[in-house]
Amino acid sequence: MERSKESNFSRNNREGLKGWLNPARYGWERVSYWLQRLTGVFLLVYFIGHVYETSSLTRGPDAWNAMLELTQTLWGHLFLILVIGTSTFHSANGIRLIFTHGGKGLGKAGRPDYPYDALSLNYRQKSGIWVALILSAVAMLYGSSVLFGGE
Amino acid sequence: METRRVILRESQIMKIQYITAIAALVVVAVHIMMRLIMPYNMSLEYENVVVNYHNIPYALLLESILILIAIHGFNGLRVILLEFRQNKIWENGITVFTITAMIVIIAYGTRTIIMANQLGLK
Amino acid sequence: MMEIIKKIGMIKNKNVKDDNNNNRKGTLRDNVIIKVFRANRIKGDPISYDSFEVPVQRWTTVLDALIYAKSYRDSSIGIRYSCRMASCGSCGMKINGIPRLACYTKISELEGSTITCEPLTNFPHIRDLVTDFSQFFNHHKEMKPYIHNENSDIIDRQKLSEFKQSPEDVDKYLQFSYCIRCGLCYSACPTVATDTKFPGPQALSQAYRYYADTRDNDKKERINIVDDRHGIWRCHFAGSCSVVCPKGVDPALGIQLLRGHLMGLSKNEKKIAKLENRSKN
Repeated sequence: MERSKESNFSRNNREGLKGWLNPARYGWERVSYWLQRLTGVFLLVYFIGHVYETSSLTRGPDAWNAMLELTQTLWGHLFLILVIGTSTFHSANGIRLIFTHGGKGLGKAGRPDYPYDALSLNYRQKSGIWVALILSAVAMLYGSSVLFGGE
Repeated sequence: METRRVILRESQIMKIQYITAIAALVVVAVHIMMRLIMPYNMSLEYENVVVNYHNIPYALLLESILILIAIHGFNGLRVILLEFRQNKIWENGITVFTITAMIVIIAYGTRTIIMANQLGLK
Repeated sequence: MMEIIKKIGMIKNKNVKDDNNNNRKGTLRDNVIIKVFRANRIKGDPISYDSFEVPVQRWTTVLDALIYAKSYRDSSIGIRYSCRMASCGSCGMKINGIPRLACYTKISELEGSTITCEPLTNFPHIRDLVTDFSQFFNHHKEMKPYIHNENSDIIDRQKLSEFKQSPEDVDKYLQFSYCIRCGLCYSACPTVATDTKFPGPQALSQAYRYYADTRDNDKKERINIVDDRHGIWRCHFAGSCSVVCPKGVDPALGIQLLRGHLMGLSKNEKKIAKLENRSKN
């Protein structure tokens, strides 16, 4: 029977972007991968905007105050709270990933036995995801108290 | 794996990614805390912001944030975009785009820092 | 035989809820609908799904149900299978959206009265549930999946020689050698979903399998192979490969352990296995 000559680089039947965007099927690590990507892209966009927004300082106090009027609004504050949350999650999860990418906290290779639970998907590193989410929520709460607390 | 002329190996690039992540975490934490040494709204007033730029160590801190986050962020974007398509034009284009973007944002941010440092107060 | 079936029926009746559409997990059912993906990619047929009602018992696997459907309902169903005991890796497919081995998945483990069977994603599709594994095998071959040790006398067979390996040495790579090349991890991986040059979790875990093997002394070459723009660094520890692996290989562990060596975080403790020569008498 003739073997298929499908190219190594064929995109036939690849999940594509859908494969990234659906995190729900494979557990917490897949969710953390998805969130790390989303928060990373979001923070990069914020960073570019922030560098541009702070450059209004060089155009004098009027330009700075005009920029503040745009950003120190309800939606501006809500956006900033989102930035606080995403940066906290991205940082905390990033630290967890630096350890796990280096093989730390994943256990040692051994002799697998039924039911063949994966050692690397242990609660020690998985709890890092939950800690990152909790820290992110706490940071957002604190940020809200500062931004809306009228300090 | 195909052979390609490389200036930096991928392992070296990723080590830079991890190091910039940890360093950026420290400096951004300091930057955020500077917003909390006085009431938040007061910290955003023109004069108070300009005074920060006159403080050389703080200006250097801002410059380091700029460089670290630009490298970390755009390298991360490079990684995401490299996974999306694989052909020579796309991959070389992504490399050129991300390096250019890094340089542009660092240059623009540095311009702000230098000009703000030169600004006088009312 | 009839008495046994009656007894199972009695157990079934205890568990089934009144509403037949809401079956609890692990519930026994008399029949189930198998919804099979049908398309002939070579002929360019449009995609469709054919549903078959098949009888099930407590032990019926998805593969059993598919073989029943093929035998008694529609013999044109394209399906690949062999050992029927999770040893060959041939029957990998997406069952209710998750890559699984059909022979290793019992109908009673799955929720709902309809089981959807689709070909593995990220593999070029051929027909119905059959996919092309040549890309997958090519990525594996790129890792040089064999012991490389110039001291081993595979050419000059005048003497018998043996690499001495302790049980502790074997434990370092044993679980990764259990891989049956079923492709479930490759199908689940989010990087493979878009990156055609990424070797995939199976190939990378095999790279670690040989890296960790004390009989192999070609560390530098193995590192060079994976230290690439589309190599090991495109793994982001999404862990999906280890979630779906049916043999406990835990490819994610192998990849991160290998990456630890590239990052310089893991100590280089490997001593190359001593070659002991024996005479042929």
